[in-house]
Amino acid sequence: MTWQRRHVLATDDWSRAEIEQVLDQTGAMVEVLGRPIRRTPALRGRTVILFFAEASTRTRVSFELAAKALSADVTNITASGSSVEKGETLRDTVRTLTALGGDVIVMRHAASGAPYFVAERTDAAVINAGDGWHAHPTQGLLDAYTLRGALGDLDGRRIVIVGDITHSRVARSDIDALVPLGATVTLSGPPTLVPSAWRCGMTPRGTTYEPDLDRALDGADGVIALRLQKERQHAGLLPSIREYAKTWGLSEERVKRMRPEAPVLHPGPMNEGVEIAASVAHGARSLIETQVTNGVAVRMALLYLLAGTPEQVA
Amino acid sequence: MSGLADLERDAAQHGWLVSPGFIDLHAHLREPGFEESETIATGARAALAGGFTTICAMPNTEPAIDSPGLVAEVIARGAAARAARVLPIAAITRGRLGKELADLVELAAAGAVAFSDDGAPVSDGQLFRNALEYARASGRPIFEHSQDLALTADGVMHEGVVSARLGLPGMAAAAEETAIARDLSLARLAGGRLHLSHVSTAGGVELVRRAKSDGLAITAEVTPHHLALTDEWVAGSRAFAWEDGGDRATPYETSTKVNPPLRTASDVRACWAGLMDGTIDAIATDHAPHASTRKDVEFQEAAFGISGFETAVPLLLAGVAAGWGTWDRVVEALTTGPARVLGITLPENDRVVIDPNAAWTCDAAALVSLGKNTPLLGRALIGRVVACAVDGELRFDLTRIAAS
Repeated sequence: MTWQRRHVLATDDWSRAEIEQVLDQTGAMVEVLGRPIRRTPALRGRTVILFFAEASTRTRVSFELAAKALSADVTNITASGSSVEKGETLRDTVRTLTALGGDVIVMRHAASGAPYFVAERTDAAVINAGDGWHAHPTQGLLDAYTLRGALGDLDGRRIVIVGDITHSRVARSDIDALVPLGATVTLSGPPTLVPSAWRCGMTPRGTTYEPDLDRALDGADGVIALRLQKERQHAGLLPSIREYAKTWGLSEERVKRMRPEAPVLHPGPMNEGVEIAASVAHGARSLIETQVTNGVAVRMALLYLLAGTPEQVA
Repeated sequence: MSGLADLERDAAQHGWLVSPGFIDLHAHLREPGFEESETIATGARAALAGGFTTICAMPNTEPAIDSPGLVAEVIARGAAARAARVLPIAAITRGRLGKELADLVELAAAGAVAFSDDGAPVSDGQLFRNALEYARASGRPIFEHSQDLALTADGVMHEGVVSARLGLPGMAAAAEETAIARDLSLARLAGGRLHLSHVSTAGGVELVRRAKSDGLAITAEVTPHHLALTDEWVAGSRAFAWEDGGDRATPYETSTKVNPPLRTASDVRACWAGLMDGTIDAIATDHAPHASTRKDVEFQEAAFGISGFETAVPLLLAGVAAGWGTWDRVVEALTTGPARVLGITLPENDRVVIDPNAAWTCDAAALVSLGKNTPLLGRALIGRVVACAVDGELRFDLTRIAAS
């Protein structure tokens, strides 16, 4: 199948075949990363601009390693010290980015939808590295790749996503990657942190809501715990972090409710002892470090599909 | 210059619709303070292009219209524009700050036709009660933007399945409903003339219906966009509430950001039902023009508002064509309905002439308003205002504009 998409803004309208193509390409990139010299010339001569208007180290470094492994030139524009902090409008930043002549803009932004704004106004390919609460498609794809690696086919598998669903772009992108692959998703978390429409029966296709985490985990094939932002308590959405940890934290006892060897994922950075116990985070079921490695490979796959030259297949 | 009789004869020959000039209870003309978005003159001309021969100017300018001198200034500039008749609405509270009452009696004497802190609901219940009571002495209605600000906080669109999908903070229907419930209770207590601006929710319509059946003397309006568009438009849909499928635009278009937000198709249906059974008295545009700098930004940063004068007629005709309402009732809600809210008689020699079959493209060049911020931009629309007369004088003539 020839790749058709110009941008990666969200996978909410992607077909199963498109997602599978990315995951298969990711497999090829994992192989590249396993070589003694972790580099291919697939993006030689291409420029990738990393535009991070919101602080992030992990995702930015992951993209940077991915772009460099493909021999692309990489330029960083980060929030601190850049004109973004001086009150430059996004419209102006896009003009600048376009004038700089990048082939791919990888962007993170605090405002949901900002990548659509940029994609409409530039000739470059845009990859969304996280926009507000909306989407983080490379995280969704790397989680799907990681789960597929652990479970084989995802058809008929049931994955639990627990935590602050409302404010989580990871949750939305996990749903948008896992459901098209045939998995079902059980959402769990405090009612104040799950969109009201999703609690009232209007959950996205392929998902259900189960506030009781124990019941959600019973017989599940895997779980993704989300990071809890501590400011949610100050906003009045939670009585206490302690109560949250007790009720929706992944303890060793709890994860045993899942099928034997059902994996545990977390997008990081973790609050150990809040949404996940340290023993679970570093235990036998944890794939959290594998996620980090796979993240580089998924980003390589997308950069290659969007901007690679066909004759230089990895 | 043709007289009214000529205008009506021409219209009859073409099969055009003729009606008394429309009255818009709710418009933002942005002057003084935001003249890059609209001026009283450009707004009054845009109003005529939309069929409105009388428009009520909201006081959320800079400075706010909260003194008799400013009221007089709006009247003077409106008259100088020689377009639509401009009636000033004055602020309820000084500076629209919600702290102390403006001089309502003096403002009314200077020509304010109503009072409103539109965009800034009066949160303090006691102050709002005082405003209703004191406004009785002025004989003018209070136009309230009913919204519980604590509930809407950072909200930028209707809270529901679409906001959940888009990851945007929502404004629950309950934020409008609880505020309307409070305002109705206070109107019952205080007396005075309460008019509810831009009711947008099924629950809000039902509260007004029940209050009216209890005999409370209140009135309410709905906007054309709340009678046609849904929250799916924020996600890129361009289907009217009565349509399925259709073209899609980019999601997060800031032209769909408006307060109260675009609601669901069932809310749209309820607004039409309220209009048809008389619960809703008037259709008002909430014309809210913005310079591109306020809209060419991230969705969460963008200003609220839709430029509404010039698309009202095609939106309403589309709703009528879909069978959700009747044209006769729409015309009432644009003429006698708002006149009753203001306590005025319909200006005898104002006319609007509409070609209900005219197809036109709503592009930036076609819009008279400086505000091009409408999600209908670039769309083919059916139905257009051909001419308007104010006090017997032909002040808008599309054929002449097209020729020049």
